[in-house]
Amino acid sequence: MTTPAAAPIRTESGETPMIALRGLTKAFGSKVALRGVNLTVLPGESLVIFGPNGAGKSTLIRILCALSRPTGGVVQIGGLDLQTHADGIRKYLGVVSHAPLLYDSLTAEENLQFFGQLYGMTAPDERIAEMLERVGLMSRRKDLVRNFSRGMVQRLAIARALLHDPEILLLDEPDTGLDPQAAEMLHRLLSELSGREPQVNADGEAARKRTIITVTHHLERGLSVADRVVILANGRITYEGMTQELNPEMLRALYDQHAGGSR
Amino acid sequence: MSYWRSVWAIVRKDVRAELRTKDIFSSMFVFALLSVIIFDFAFELRVPFMAMVTPGILWVAITFAGTLGLNRSFVIEQDKGSLAGLLLAPVDRSAIYFGKMFGNLLFMLVMELMLLPLVTILFNQPLLRWQHVLVLLLGTYGFAAVGTVFSAMAVNTRAREVLLPILLFPVVVPVLLAGVKMTGALLDGETLGSVSNWLRLILIYDIGFTVVAFLTFGYVVEE
Repeated sequence: MTTPAAAPIRTESGETPMIALRGLTKAFGSKVALRGVNLTVLPGESLVIFGPNGAGKSTLIRILCALSRPTGGVVQIGGLDLQTHADGIRKYLGVVSHAPLLYDSLTAEENLQFFGQLYGMTAPDERIAEMLERVGLMSRRKDLVRNFSRGMVQRLAIARALLHDPEILLLDEPDTGLDPQAAEMLHRLLSELSGREPQVNADGEAARKRTIITVTHHLERGLSVADRVVILANGRITYEGMTQELNPEMLRALYDQHAGGSR
Repeated sequence: MSYWRSVWAIVRKDVRAELRTKDIFSSMFVFALLSVIIFDFAFELRVPFMAMVTPGILWVAITFAGTLGLNRSFVIEQDKGSLAGLLLAPVDRSAIYFGKMFGNLLFMLVMELMLLPLVTILFNQPLLRWQHVLVLLLGTYGFAAVGTVFSAMAVNTRAREVLLPILLFPVVVPVLLAGVKMTGALLDGETLGSVSNWLRLILIYDIGFTVVAFLTFGYVVEE
């Protein structure tokens, strides 16, 4: 069973990690998706998870979103146990998955207004306009989502995830269905949010780095937006390393070695 | 305050989507209408006094049509992947329950509002009275309160269209029974006071299941 209220996990330097997993397991009946995963993600760190289909990547993201309850182990976000503080933690999460999590019978603007209300934003109009501008959908804001292409839907999903300016971004194959131009836009956005392309805010201060976990099959693209790489295979972390020590060829070789070569 | 703002946002979203697609309302209303017409043909030939069968026909039509609507309510969310988006929001799960439940209740009441004059005309019974409307309101609330939970429960299963009625019908028997008894008594010229036992039963049912749903919905929607 999951520990209901474990003591806050600390790093060796005494820091509270933004995300900490200890012995995380998840089983669906007799099928085990995650087998004792231990992972620590520091505030402002960008982590990319690679792994073959069925490795447990999406299950891990669903658990981090509090959409799925772990079978065992501890999940802490910002030092708080996810199971006991799920409602409070959700407002710090922005999630993009391969499913758009949008309403196709509402317009782009109505979707963002709806989610803005759920996230407790009192006057979200300015932020909605800013996000629609950033993902290039301002001119289509009054159009129903059902009339959007797959790429446009995914761009709107990105705007929805970033609308409330979350501290943590969980991205499960966010580039699914994106055309090269939109994929480039997403890449640029992630680089900004992870601090790789330093931004300044209206007060001239450096914009803060978000904690980002990205699940993707694109090795090169993942490598270019992350500080650290994790390879997950058969529900276990089989490799963990810093991206600065890697180039795409090395990563490909490591992937083939640790994930069985299937992408 | 933000709790009820979230509830209201979900109701408004459902109403806005429904006004555009008419997915839930059209399926409910057409089904209820066809049921009532078929019952009319079937009973007109053999039943001497239509007042005897009208309450049953009305509540059976509402129950079946309502089940159809409840099923659609979560199936639409699940199939389009938007349910996860809703569950990711930092709102209490019970606020999601109340938002969906009030939406379902509203769609059912609109359907009943259109069904009632039709049943009045087809069966020549005086159903357009406030006492009947009150009974329908209380019964429909109970039905939607329980149905919304079971609909959320069934939506993740493979046989969800079949599972919902299997789960729901045994539990809503008290509402159905009280609704039929009270509608019948009112058609026979009795007052609400004379059916106060049934009225109490339906009120206790409504309150009881609202509390149970409030407490359990979070577990129901969790994987």
